[in-house]
Amino acid sequence: MMKKVLSVLVAGVMALSIVACGATNDASANTGADANNNTTADGSLTGTLKLGMIGPLTGGAALYGNAVDHGVQIAVEEINALGTGFQIDYQAEDDEHDAEKSVNAYNQLKDWGAQVIAGTVTTTPCIAVSAEAYSDRMFMLTPSASSTDVTANKDNMFQLCFSDPNQGSASAKYIAENNLATDVAIIYNNSDAYSSGIYQTFVDAAAEVGLNIVSTTTFTDDTQNDFSVQLADIQQSGAELVFLPIYYQAASLIFQQADQIGLDVKWFGVDGMDGILSLEGFDTSLAEGVMLLTPFAADATDDLTVNFVTKFEEKFGETPIQFAADGYDCPYAIYRALEYYAANNGGLDVTDMSNEELCEILISVFTDPGFSCDGVTGLAMSWNAAGEVNKAPKAVVIENGVYVGL
Amino acid sequence: MKKLSKDTLMSFVNYGIVILFYIVFQILASTGNLSSTMKGQLIPIVSYVIMALSLNLVVGISGELSLGHAGFMSVGAFTGAVVSTALTDGIPNTVVRLLISIVIAAVMAGIAGILIGIPVLRLRGDYLAIVTLAFGEIIKNVLNCLYVGVDRRGIHFSMNSTGALDLQEGGKVVINGPMGASIMKISSFTCGIVLLLLVLFVIQNLIKSRHGRAIMAIRDNRIAAEACGLNVTKYKLIAFVISAAMAGAAGCLYALNFATVAPKKFDFNTSILVLVFVVLGGIGNMTGSIIAAALLTVLPELLRQFQDYRMLIYAIVLVLVMIATNNEKIRGLIKSIGKKNKQESSGKEAA
Repeated sequence: MMKKVLSVLVAGVMALSIVACGATNDASANTGADANNNTTADGSLTGTLKLGMIGPLTGGAALYGNAVDHGVQIAVEEINALGTGFQIDYQAEDDEHDAEKSVNAYNQLKDWGAQVIAGTVTTTPCIAVSAEAYSDRMFMLTPSASSTDVTANKDNMFQLCFSDPNQGSASAKYIAENNLATDVAIIYNNSDAYSSGIYQTFVDAAAEVGLNIVSTTTFTDDTQNDFSVQLADIQQSGAELVFLPIYYQAASLIFQQADQIGLDVKWFGVDGMDGILSLEGFDTSLAEGVMLLTPFAADATDDLTVNFVTKFEEKFGETPIQFAADGYDCPYAIYRALEYYAANNGGLDVTDMSNEELCEILISVFTDPGFSCDGVTGLAMSWNAAGEVNKAPKAVVIENGVYVGL
Repeated sequence: MKKLSKDTLMSFVNYGIVILFYIVFQILASTGNLSSTMKGQLIPIVSYVIMALSLNLVVGISGELSLGHAGFMSVGAFTGAVVSTALTDGIPNTVVRLLISIVIAAVMAGIAGILIGIPVLRLRGDYLAIVTLAFGEIIKNVLNCLYVGVDRRGIHFSMNSTGALDLQEGGKVVINGPMGASIMKISSFTCGIVLLLLVLFVIQNLIKSRHGRAIMAIRDNRIAAEACGLNVTKYKLIAFVISAAMAGAAGCLYALNFATVAPKKFDFNTSILVLVFVVLGGIGNMTGSIIAAALLTVLPELLRQFQDYRMLIYAIVLVLVMIATNNEKIRGLIKSIGKKNKQESSGKEAA
């Protein structure tokens, strides 16, 4: 018996030592490559970038996480197929829309060797992760976490989507400037950071531009099935337009129930409203005349959008929502930024570069006024030092079941 | 030397497990063998272990099913966030600030425990479980509309919006309704372990005390205990409030480990998660709670390679553990192993 145990132990130790030797050999090979300095002579971008994505791939917010994940996948495939010697190694981790799980996912990606993070998709987890990334000096570009808390005091954190204040105040200004209405009602989700963030900035901007807010009603994630109280309040208040800074699932129910009680008002949404036309079981005629501010419309006819939408439909069998478009633009923004740096600094080889080095490089490029890139969510996107994106919001109206630019 | 009783031995085993856990991870961290994933999970693990222990005091020792324990955790979490932010300038030392935050968080959660305990503990059985669940949800929804800001004049509260806080220049919004609290990370693993040892010390000595015996007597036979002249509500309240205060301390430790914490986190699911730790570890079994909470917190991260099927496998593991721990044969096997060891050691002693 003793002999058997001993032999197994010895075998185990030997196996381990072999593995250990292999590991040390690898490490020395790597340091050799590092010594070559990270520049290539001709100003080209080469090497393999390890790009991590964090988002809710399961759970209640999985729709957004999966959309971003799919968008990123398409962009990564496209970039890898360009044949420029630059490749992206991509990995997505699930956070279930939870701050704790999101930090775990981030640490997992760090152990994997991620050099840059595209994420996280939702706001609250993003705030938690960006604090970690800030202390680790890891560059982060979030496709869709729109709160200003995400970028506040963190120079490594950039947004690809509009920030909440931009959306709220842009909506208020758009309504006032185009004389859509003066008496406005609002229904928002006060248990959701995205919705209440936009609500607060909308109210501030509404006061400035002279909009009258005649009815403000709320709901929470637990009560988003019945809107009769809110709609009755709007009916009584005599509002001409209802502002809905909410996601489209709740909005679809609002439209249905408003139709039942015969409420005749204009509806105005933000980017969370995007996706309502592809919602299963929803009668799109109810959304007729709904206006929304969105950076992306799936039926736009420019080359970039057409290419993206066809590929997306081919691969995943559904029309991409705005989150997918945001996700698609993220790897491109990072790729273009690295390319920009390589062109101006005599080339760049990203293989095995530390996340600190890449972070400094990407911050310098993103804040460089000369840098801008095109994407499906906006042309000539550029970023300010606060990490907010600068691109024009598109206002669209739903006519005959499709988006039409306003 | 007087021979230690089995209970005393078990309580030393519990301290031993915690200290061993600490030493192992400190060594791993100092030699650089600790992965980021594990390192990031240390403080959540400690928080969940404290949560499980404190809930076990209510469920296992006091014998009442509480389904709203996350509510007390959130009271502690948000109190901790406000206190630590308010003291940022006053007390630059993070350890002192963390300790003060934890103490105040525990006190506030304890007060919440008294307020909720007085009406709730007059109920029995299923009714009590459902009302604790309701109170947990009430706490979550109140925090969802709570806005707190800190400026030079002090702390400001509002139930409407951040604008109503009327902050001076340089003021900071600490709790922003559903968006949660923004916090500076000051929690440390060492402080967490010290807190955990303290919690263990309080619970284990409470069980052995006169009060503890009274609490357990009420659990075992309420009518008999009442007939002996024990004040049922008082003893139940003692267990409930101590448990709430510990959950508050755990919540504070947890919140100050993240840059943000939202009220949504402390919903029904978190209460049930902690209850799962307690049930799987064995109701009334503190060692079991420690091990179950630690393992089940790490498990979902270890299952990441299964991607989308992760939570499915997690559920299967839970079911299997449940079956395994309740299987007569397996139990008998574990017992026989324990007996064998004892025989061997006693044999050695004799020799």
